[in-house]
This record gives sequence, C-alpha cells and structure tokens, in this order.
Amino acid sequence: MVFRALFEKIKQGLAKTRDLFSGVAALFRMKGRVDRNFLDELERRLYLADVGTVATSAIVERVRQAFLDKEITGDVETFVKAELRALLNAPLPGLNYAPSGPTVVMVAGVNGSGKTTSIAKLAYRCQNEGKKVIVAACDTFRAAAVEQLTIWSQRLGCDIVKAQQGADPASVAHDACEKAKARQFDVLIVDTAGRLHTQAHLMRELEKIRRVVSKQIDGAPHEVLLVLDATTGQNAITQAEIFTKTIQCTGIILAKLDGTAKGGAIFAIKQKLGLPVKFVGVGEQLADLEPFDPEAYVEALFTR
Amino acid sequence: MFEGIQRGLSEALKKLRGRGRLTESNIRDGLREVRRALLEADVNFNVANDFINRVTERSLGQQVLARIDPSEQIVRIVYDELVKLMGPVDHSWRFAKDRPTVIMLCGLQGSGKTTTAGKLALTLKERGRKPLLVAADLQRPAAVDQLAVLGQQINVPVFTPEQLPSGTPRTPVDVCRAAVEYARRNLLDTVILDTAGRLHIADMPMEELKQIDRQTRPDQVFLVCDAMTGQDAVNSAKAFNEALELNGVILTKLDGDARGGAALSIKEVTRVPIRFIGVGEKLDRLEEFHPERMAQRILGQGDLMGLIEKVGRVQAELGQEELRRQQQKMAEGDFTLDDFRRQFDTLAKMGGVRDLLSRMPGGLAEMIPEGEDPETALKRIRGMIDSMTKEERRNPDIIDISRRRRIAAGSGTQPQEVKQFLIQFEQVRTLMRQMARMSMLDRLKMMVGLSKQGLFDPGARIKLKKGDTGHRKSAKERAEERKKKRRKKR
Repeated sequence: MVFRALFEKIKQGLAKTRDLFSGVAALFRMKGRVDRNFLDELERRLYLADVGTVATSAIVERVRQAFLDKEITGDVETFVKAELRALLNAPLPGLNYAPSGPTVVMVAGVNGSGKTTSIAKLAYRCQNEGKKVIVAACDTFRAAAVEQLTIWSQRLGCDIVKAQQGADPASVAHDACEKAKARQFDVLIVDTAGRLHTQAHLMRELEKIRRVVSKQIDGAPHEVLLVLDATTGQNAITQAEIFTKTIQCTGIILAKLDGTAKGGAIFAIKQKLGLPVKFVGVGEQLADLEPFDPEAYVEALFTR
Repeated sequence: MFEGIQRGLSEALKKLRGRGRLTESNIRDGLREVRRALLEADVNFNVANDFINRVTERSLGQQVLARIDPSEQIVRIVYDELVKLMGPVDHSWRFAKDRPTVIMLCGLQGSGKTTTAGKLALTLKERGRKPLLVAADLQRPAAVDQLAVLGQQINVPVFTPEQLPSGTPRTPVDVCRAAVEYARRNLLDTVILDTAGRLHIADMPMEELKQIDRQTRPDQVFLVCDAMTGQDAVNSAKAFNEALELNGVILTKLDGDARGGAALSIKEVTRVPIRFIGVGEKLDRLEEFHPERMAQRILGQGDLMGLIEKVGRVQAELGQEELRRQQQKMAEGDFTLDDFRRQFDTLAKMGGVRDLLSRMPGGLAEMIPEGEDPETALKRIRGMIDSMTKEERRNPDIIDISRRRRIAAGSGTQPQEVKQFLIQFEQVRTLMRQMARMSMLDRLKMMVGLSKQGLFDPGARIKLKKGDTGHRKSAKERAEERKKKRRKKR
C-alpha cells in the first residue's frame, strides 16, 4: 500500500535522527492528566514540525478546551490526530486530467525547491499510467537548467521542447503547446525557472507563461503545482500566497519529505488558501513521488 | 481558525508602548511577544525558548530606566543579545602559503551550493586570488554544466570529471583530489569544491563527504543553508557539523522576505559563525554577514543599518559638489523637477526600489499599492518629467490643462495622474526644504515620511495625515475648521 510505504520511509528517516531529538518521550505515552506539561509538549511538537504560531496555538487551544484535566488516553491521541487531519482534508487524488486533448501541468516554485526533479518524477508517474508525456524547459534563466531537464527526459524517454538559455520562457511554453496538440501528447509538463516570490517582474513573467498556455489549449493549465521544500519554515505560507495569487495554483508538491523536516506550514496554507498538497517527494529515485496521504502525514508528525 | 497573520515585532509590541516604566510584568509580556516574533521568524523552538529564558533573567536584573518606553528597552536588550549571540564574525581570510587553499561547500539539495560556489570564486578573484572551481556534484543532472557556465561567466577555470584521465574512476572523491593536484600544478591558489546536495541522514552520501574531507584536507568547510529553512535547520546543521567540523555557514536566498531565523538557530546549536549571505541570483550578490542587520531582520525591524550604509555609498558616488549644490537648492526651496528626476536616478542606483523599501522599518513596502511595482511607478513619474518642456520643469505652476494633456500623452499616462503628481511634487518640495537642514538619520526618517505621503504612488489619492492639536477641540472650533476647509476647496 502506498500509504504504508510512505509511512515506513518517513519513519526510517526519523529513526536515523532519533538522537537529534534527545529526551523526547512519546507524547501520547505520557502519564497522568492533560495539563500544562502535556500541552507544552504538544505545542513543542507542532512548532518543531513548522506548523507555525497561528495554527499551533489554535490546535493547542482546542485540545485544552476539550481535554483539560482529563486523563491522557487514546481519546486524546485520536482527537489531536483527527483535528490535524481535518485541517488537511483529502484532496482529489492524482492529477486532474483534461477530458480531451493534452493536459497541461505547470510547475513553479522558489529556487532550489526541487521543481525539475519533481517534474521528472511526475512525468514518470504519468508514463506509468500509460500517458504520452512531453516536458517544456521554460527555465531559460539558470545556467544548465535546460540540460538538467534534457537529461531527465532522456532517462525517461519522453519528449522535450526547449530553447536557448535566455530565450523567452513564454515562447517555449507556446511551442510546447503547439507540439503537444499536433502530436497528440496526453500530458504536457511545463517547467519554470525558480524565482523568489518577492521578485515582481519574475512573477509577471510566470503569469505570462500561464496566459500563453491558457490561450493555446482550452482549459489549460489543468494543474498548476507549486513545489514547496519541506524544510522551508513559515516563509512557505507567503510563497504559497503570492504564487497562488499570481498563477492560481491548484495544488502543492511537498518535496524533500525524506529528511527530518515535516513541512508543517501546509496546515496554515490549507486553511488560509485552501491549497491542498497533491504529491510528496520522498527520495531521489524516479518512483519517489507519492500521492499525499493526510493520514500517513499526521501519523508521521508524532512518530519519533 | 487561522485568522492571524504573520507580523513583525514592532507590530506586536505596540500594545506595550506608552505603558510607562519597565516592570517585571511588562518585561514578561514583552518577551512573550518577542518569543512569538522569533518563532515566526523560524528560529528553532528550543533555541527560542532558551534564548527568552536567558534574556528574561538578564532583563529582570536590569536597571529600570525612567521615561524610556518599556517596549523599546526590551527590544534593545533583545537586539543586543541577538547580536552577541550571532557575532562576532571574523571576516578575514587565512590562505595557505605553500599550497592551494581548499574551500569545501556542502549542504542539502537546493540550498544554493553551485551558485554560491560561483559567487565565492568571484569574490576571491576580486581579492586577487586565482580560484579553481571544482564540479564534484555528479549526482544532480547537469550540475557540472551549470558550474562550467558560471565559471565561464566570471572567467574562472572549472575542473570537471572529464579532465581525469580516461579509464580512471571518477567518483567525487577522485575529482576533488585530482583538482587540488591540478591547481598546484597550474599555480591556482584557491580551490572551491562544489559537492552534491545530500540529506544529513543519508549514511552513504555523508560518508562520501567525510572522505573528500579526509583526502583533500580543506582549509575551510562551509555549510550552505537556505535562509527560508524552518525548524529543521538545526538538525541538518548539527549533522553536517558533526561529520565535517564546519568553519562557517553561508546563508542563501536572503533577497526574499524570509526573516532568516535559521541563522540564530544554527549559530546557537553548532557555534559555527555565519560568514556570508547570498542576496540575489547574480554572481556579485554575496555579502559579508553582519549580526546587527540579521538581528534587526529577525525582529522585523527593518535593515536600517544596511540602508544607511547604502545611502552613504551612493552619496559618495554623487560627489560632494553635486550634493552641496542640491542642498543649497533645497534650502532655498529652489528644488526643480529636474533635480527631482536626478534624485530618482540616484534612487535607482541604490538598487531595486523594492529592495530599498523593504530595508526600511515600518512595513513601508506594504504601502505601495496592491499590484503596483514601485519601479514601474517610478518609471512612470520619470516619463512624466521627461515629457515636460524645460520651462515647465523649472516652473511647474505654468502647467495648465492643455499642457497636462500633452504631458500625459507624451508619457502614456492620464492627465489626472500628471495633476496628482504635481501636487505631490509640491509637497515633496516643501519637505525637501526642511530636509536640507537635517542630520542623515532624520533624513532617512523623512524619506519614510515621504513615501507615506504617496511619493511612490502617483495614482493614489493623497494620504492626508490628521493633525494633532494636542487637545480635544470644542464643537465650535471643529465647526470653524470645517468652514475653513470648505473655503479652501473653493
């Protein structure tokens, strides 16, 4: 089961670093009543997972109201986990494919979040579903970014549309759409250059790519995925906010979840923007992209 | 459920302002807000708590300073402690004399090692060193190509695996060892090793790093860390430090809006100093780390020091002569649109306007109208001035409706905007007159005031500030004032 595998992977990662979190008793194995100590420990867990001030205080407050001075039992555990799970809501699994014609998936994110690797994994996933995949190398800015995607496309055996470094990324996207239509590809994945959300001119460039794509193919882009680095802290919220405002993101790929970071900012993001996590990156291999499973995720938050 | 928004410390401490003197209870209140600010800046939870406990102890023993705002006093104490904790930083380089100096970069995937390697090479080259970049990232596709391109851009040789004799193994360890040898033979005195990104919990890759460390005996090992990193920063930094004994940390992507609490966490947990910060994608955007600025940033107080320095630099460029002339003009109220335009160019020289604004305290950047780029706004204003005749620039009072229409057509704006701008200019001129007699710091404060008045916001309505009369007006006085206003409108 996918969920098991993911859970195991995260757990494995955690086992290795257990010594890094020295002296942490299992939260729900604590004896006694739900008191200040327990709530402090819960708060600590949530903070350390990057859940952030607002979300953390909200959750802790709920637990306090519901369980203060009650015995710590399985109920508390169930309640906390259910609360967290409810905040995430299961998104529609997998990609939202176009009813006919090519499905366009646009991928964006800040520098170094893991866009290109995630795209390779996503392409691999689509191929395994029997789709004919083409990728567009619209990162014409960073040195050798096009080469990086080209190497992936060769490994995957999928098509690629590219231009020289410094070319207009929107024109690459345009050509890719033409090609996807003409040669009946099922899925077009558009890679974009990493950019910090504070760079207004680069955000406008991204908007332009989206516009060009939407003019070329009806209903496109069908998915706009924001790649977030799980190690990112509270800045992830601002990233999600501004990217979503600019290019109407439909989901998140939470990359690098195989480390010790949890990417807890997704709680606040889901609540604030309604933006769900669709996939998680859990390793360096092509197969290491899995559909997001809130159950497994919440479980992993407390397994240390 | 999550209505709250992220906010800086200045906002959080507002409620403490004007509460008289520093007492035990308001110290605790204030520090609770400080803790919150630290956590929102992504300072590690345990680090933040320890820090606050320490500061609480110290502040309780502090002399109570009468007539000083308690919030400011707390911020001052916290700021001093933060600076002490993150500093001091020794920015000197120690180079080996008889062999190439080896610098090794390591870090997680996507932290910015390759770009930083390029930046470091450029910095060293500017100091008269002869660097060699070594592409030891054989993991990520095209990482070698990326470094080769960067090397070309800054004219620094790059050692790639292809330079090893064919048939020999080409592991990252081999590449690094051969590169040091290559540097020795070719009289290159500084070797920069760009290693592959790796997870601190992956045994094999970490072992490989240790091998490179043992085989090339680097003089300096730097951890490259993304400034946006959250709570996990301590875990990875700790693991890398245990494996390699780091000499310094390079914090990247600080040109974004991350508050960079990771800097504090890493320093606290590993005791390794932060040496450099990356502040842009271009290769010359590597700066030395200053704990004072970082402390301000983490507290959300704006990078005033950086701004002051920047202003100083640009002023030196402007030349004393020009400066004196302009000051003279300002003092006499003789400030024309031409001078105004020159000021804009100066502003542009200071680097991105957005960058400049974000360095100022008080959340100035938020005052720019939604969706409006300040650079565009400035460009529009420049366009308007450029579309005026010499006479109009000298004496804007002659600009009537038909002239306005012409200027608008010439600059692609609306006559309305031109009018708005001219009104604002008049205000600026008044302010400038006052500014000429001020100290540098007061001038900065004035700039903040200027933008509040909508200097960067030509399309907006003028933001009038309500004047404070110091006493509550009687109904009669208010009526009189209304009458006056009405008369003025006519």
